[in-house]
Amino acid sequence: MNMKKSIFALFLLVSALFSFRPDEHKVPPAVLKKLDGTKINSSDFQNNGKPMIIDFWATWCKPCKKELDAIAEYYEDWQKETGVKLIAISIDDVRTSGKVVTDVKVKGWTYEVYIDENQDFKRAMNVNNVPHTFIVDSKGEIVWSHNSFAEGDEMKLHEALLKVAKGENPEH
Amino acid sequence: MLLLGYGLGISAQEKSVPQLAITGNFQIDAASYSKDTAIGADPGSQLVRYNSFGNINVNYGNFSTGVRFESYQPPLLGYLPGYTGTGIPYKYARYHHKDIDITVGNFYDQFGSGMCFRSFEDRGLLYDNAMMGMRAIYTPRNGITIKGIIGRQRTYFDLSPGVVKGVDGEVNFTELINTERASGRRIFSRQMNSNAGASPPLAPLKTQVIIGGSFVSKYQAANDPVLNLPANVGCGAARINIIRGGFNFYTEGVYKINDPSYQNNFSFKDGKGFYASASLALDNGLTFMATAKMIDNMSFRSDRNATNTIDMINYSPPIVKNHTYMMMAYIPYASQLNGEQGVSGEIQYKFKKGTMLGGQYGTEISLNGSIMYGLDTTGIPASQNSVRQFNYSVNYFSIKSKNQFFHDYNIEINKKINKHFKFTLMYSMQYINQAQVQYNTADKAIHPDVYSNILVSDITWKYKPGKAIRFENQAFLTKDTVNAFGIGSWATGLVEWTPSSNWFVIAADQYNYGNPGASGRVHYYYGSIVHISGPTRITLSYGRQRQGIFCAGGVCRFVPSANAFMISISSSF
Repeated sequence: MNMKKSIFALFLLVSALFSFRPDEHKVPPAVLKKLDGTKINSSDFQNNGKPMIIDFWATWCKPCKKELDAIAEYYEDWQKETGVKLIAISIDDVRTSGKVVTDVKVKGWTYEVYIDENQDFKRAMNVNNVPHTFIVDSKGEIVWSHNSFAEGDEMKLHEALLKVAKGENPEH
Repeated sequence: MLLLGYGLGISAQEKSVPQLAITGNFQIDAASYSKDTAIGADPGSQLVRYNSFGNINVNYGNFSTGVRFESYQPPLLGYLPGYTGTGIPYKYARYHHKDIDITVGNFYDQFGSGMCFRSFEDRGLLYDNAMMGMRAIYTPRNGITIKGIIGRQRTYFDLSPGVVKGVDGEVNFTELINTERASGRRIFSRQMNSNAGASPPLAPLKTQVIIGGSFVSKYQAANDPVLNLPANVGCGAARINIIRGGFNFYTEGVYKINDPSYQNNFSFKDGKGFYASASLALDNGLTFMATAKMIDNMSFRSDRNATNTIDMINYSPPIVKNHTYMMMAYIPYASQLNGEQGVSGEIQYKFKKGTMLGGQYGTEISLNGSIMYGLDTTGIPASQNSVRQFNYSVNYFSIKSKNQFFHDYNIEINKKINKHFKFTLMYSMQYINQAQVQYNTADKAIHPDVYSNILVSDITWKYKPGKAIRFENQAFLTKDTVNAFGIGSWATGLVEWTPSSNWFVIAADQYNYGNPGASGRVHYYYGSIVHISGPTRITLSYGRQRQGIFCAGGVCRFVPSANAFMISISSSF
């Protein structure tokens, strides 16, 4: 009886260990606010088997806005090439979360934008500071990440995205 | 055995058994300080200091658990010395399945805008009032959320003496109705015939109406020999949010029973407040936003004797602009928890590409203004602002110009000229009554009002793909020369070179050229090199840090000047 249980536990442990790949894991769950007031769970993010970019930003973060502006110039092209969808996660707290909708409109961004007011998703994704960008592949695995924004980073993101779209391993 | 295990692993994945994921992040900021008499920096005997933390999270399907290790031996200058220590102050286990979400251990959450309850962390500011206890969230159907929390709050590496308990309910009527409509059922209209399929489906409602309410109670034993202090203090809040397309209106009102504390000078008056914001974003790129706020006696802590950012149960969202340029936030304003009222507004517009003002890429313009006043009170001596007496009365919505705390009127223009150049220009006109706002005194001889004009230009020159130089110039202009910390006008220059997108090289100088005393006309130079690789960031820097007022969580504290060599490493996995 006990023997059976411990063998079963061992099986579970071993199978768990083998399914663990430190660099690739699914998007963890957290409840986010949509701009229309409804809620969405991050584990429900999907793009019909096409890659996704998840970009953490804030209305008070200059480099974040530069990055999202830089991507916006090419976004339509990237969508045609790879079918990518960009999800912009604002980490603004109550003080500035009201500005998210107005900033997005002024910028004319066409991304999906959600607010992580309590920063649960930021914690779950281990984001230290913004901007922080992730690429999620067709299987829903996080395969690439990058912190901060420098001019030209959008091109690196594009290179990585093309590889992910082809099912290749993107490298920094 | 290994082969067997591997085989199992494969079959487990095929059956989409949840994946085990171990993730985390860490950051270390270490500094070596030296004495610098020119700026009055004296680090004392502890020359090497550091702030560090590391998180490890384990996710397995609906279950997650994690810990955060933290060490400050001692914390960097400017942070609360009470954080000196090493330990694991954050640990949690969480399980969620369908309509239930349960966390034991530490958690962060907020009810509405946080006016009764918000536990929050900002690692960069070392602001952390995590709850240690239990939280349950129940979502019986789409659009209804009920939360219950209980616990004590993090107090440095210990826990608060008081216990916090709270419940919050939120109903999104629109989501509720739309879910019912989508499923073919109806709640508010009776089904007229028994044949449900015959009734035509109703279109989903477009206007979201979300109503919420919360009640939070704290208990702290009260055995003061003189005062009959309440051991239990209750706080209640109600809110409504209406959203349709680009229109959003939110308001929340709050009431707290008498809560004598160190911060309110043991006043027995009750507390109240409201916050309202409305925004409208039009498709043509024109947006408006307005906010209004009033709070009276709303400091709410799990230890009535706590000061600074310690043991705060609630949050009072500031409505003034959150500036990112240094000189714009030179003398910052923070929410006055004992009492304040004010309004703010913002208009933004983007001139379209191809128009005269828009040019090749469009031009963004933002006009923003805010003004804050103290409350019109009786029963408080003129020499004191927010230090309350046992009781006092407030003439709500009465505004007296002598009670003005702060104003900030600013304009910002963002423009990309061509492939190579883009710039930001900004101007701000500010006033601060620092005696009352930051020093709790009416003595304006020592802490005079400061009127300032602040200018910023920020130009990026992208000279080759992936290579850029950014020039930032800022000026803080004031005639008000007597000031307890920064004195007179300042000029700031910064050059940031990006030779490749993995590297930043930064050189900056802040010069107090307007200081009335020659010895005070000091340069605060600073240089740093940053290397970035994927999620990893390494920064080496050396320079002088200006003393000043640093505000977080509704309170300000004094940060001493320093001369330091710093190294910072952060990464995630």
